[in-house]
Amino acid sequence: MATGKSVGDFTAINAGEMVISRVGKSYGAAEFTKEVVKDCSFTVERGKLTVMVGPSGCGKSTLIRLLAGFERATEGAVMIDGKPVTGPGRDRLVVFQESALFPWMTTYDNIMYGPRACGEDTAKSRELAEFLLDKVGLTAFRSKYPSQLSGGMQRRAELARAMINNPSVMILDEPFRGLDAMTKGLMWDYYARLFEESRRTNFFVTTDIDEAIFLADRLLIMTNIPTRVRVVLEVDLPRPRHLKDIVESDRANEVKMEALSLLHEEAMKSFAGGSKAAADFVDAYSRRVARG
Amino acid sequence: MPIRLKKALLTPGLWRGLAAVAAFLVLWELGSKSKQWFGFQTPWVGAVPAPTDVVKVWIALLGDKGYWQSWYLSSMRVFGGFVAAMIVGIPFGLLLAISSTTYGVCFPTFEVLRPIPPLAWVPASIIFWPTQELSIGFVTFLGAFFTIVINVLGGAKAIDVRYFQAARSMGASSWDVFRRIILPAVIPSIAVGSTVGMGITWNVVVAAEMISGGGSQSAGAGGGLGFFIWNSYVGGSYDQIVVGMISIGIAGYISSAILRKLGELSTPWLRSR
Repeated sequence: MATGKSVGDFTAINAGEMVISRVGKSYGAAEFTKEVVKDCSFTVERGKLTVMVGPSGCGKSTLIRLLAGFERATEGAVMIDGKPVTGPGRDRLVVFQESALFPWMTTYDNIMYGPRACGEDTAKSRELAEFLLDKVGLTAFRSKYPSQLSGGMQRRAELARAMINNPSVMILDEPFRGLDAMTKGLMWDYYARLFEESRRTNFFVTTDIDEAIFLADRLLIMTNIPTRVRVVLEVDLPRPRHLKDIVESDRANEVKMEALSLLHEEAMKSFAGGSKAAADFVDAYSRRVARG
Repeated sequence: MPIRLKKALLTPGLWRGLAAVAAFLVLWELGSKSKQWFGFQTPWVGAVPAPTDVVKVWIALLGDKGYWQSWYLSSMRVFGGFVAAMIVGIPFGLLLAISSTTYGVCFPTFEVLRPIPPLAWVPASIIFWPTQELSIGFVTFLGAFFTIVINVLGGAKAIDVRYFQAARSMGASSWDVFRRIILPAVIPSIAVGSTVGMGITWNVVVAAEMISGGGSQSAGAGGGLGFFIWNSYVGGSYDQIVVGMISIGIAGYISSAILRKLGELSTPWLRSR
């Protein structure tokens, strides 16, 4: 539950480190057991943006639930700053796929949810809410309900709702999925700037390889189900990054080619297994590789 | 407001509606009066009092205390039964959704009782309750109760699990989750359930009044709108039957309109898309 951390001075950013060691997770009882994660180990390094990519349906969302503490691992340990994760907490906040803003609250009330839930409806947190509203460009939309916001605005509101709790790790589950290409590009820029300013520990899950390379400090390439880390690629491109530079950078393309060939291999495995989702994935990525 | 009114008057929908009502009344009048005017009896409609006669009788009744007493009695029964159904039904529906133990214990019994039409309860209810007023009230309560419970239960079960996960992550207590996630999330279902339930209570109260004799019969037509209709039938004043029927229609319309408005006011996030 709440870690007792206060909505403190926003200049003092918490940056936590998460260690996942030999984690396994399976669902179902006895002979019906389905292993989703198996012998999976990695570190979400302090102050870095770690991006996880893998074929769809490989178990990335399961890993997120384990990191967030919504579910417990069947085997192994999930640790944050040396302490085992036993449940959800304000130190690890999740920004969900599509929007999980509360539809019955205005933008402002959504952002203030965390502080209010912890009895911190103070002048300081209200001030912080104003600061964040301004930062995500939603000051004029503070009294609007989520259904009145565009997709991009909803994602920004959700980022603000998480950040006000000053979590030591931000976990993002395909946050920009479903946005149109233009908005997505803007959100990448926006989110990267936000990260570069704060240098908070971020764990970002996606299936979009361009998004992954543009954002990542470290890129975790996952195997097919049951998932574990296949390779860790260090994306040593200079920050601040700009979309144009990344497209033109040889190093970025090198990383991209490497990642794609690995993902292609993993996807082929499930293609052999006859999965429809995997077949679509292979198809889409093969065309991308062909385009180069 | 005058601009909105002007706009409303200009819509073709309004004129179509008015024309349809007028055509209906004209056809009804022609059908009822056909024997008198054209010398042949129209089947079915010929036996029904003509709208002009109904209006005459209605105007005469407007000054009648007994008629308004019927309105008052039926409305109070509907209101009482409905409010009781909300007070018991909403917490019960939420409890079923939250606690699997309660669900396991209560839901099978609930599901067996639910399909029993409220009117089938009338004889048992007369035996159970000491006064006739209470038995009518109880049957009215049942009419709304099951619908409200089922809607609240369905609404609470359909809440996106990510809302709970997000709230828990941000440090919310169980009470906070209940108050600020579950309650607002089920308000739309409560609104739907109560609108449907209100319709059923009007059905039920009128029938119950007819069957049970409508409580106090002191002022002749003093037992509610159901009793008013039944009494008119027994007394042979067929015009009054139609007056009673239309009165119930109007009462139901007003109740639904009020509930719809309340529903809109309590769900501003659905209104302002």
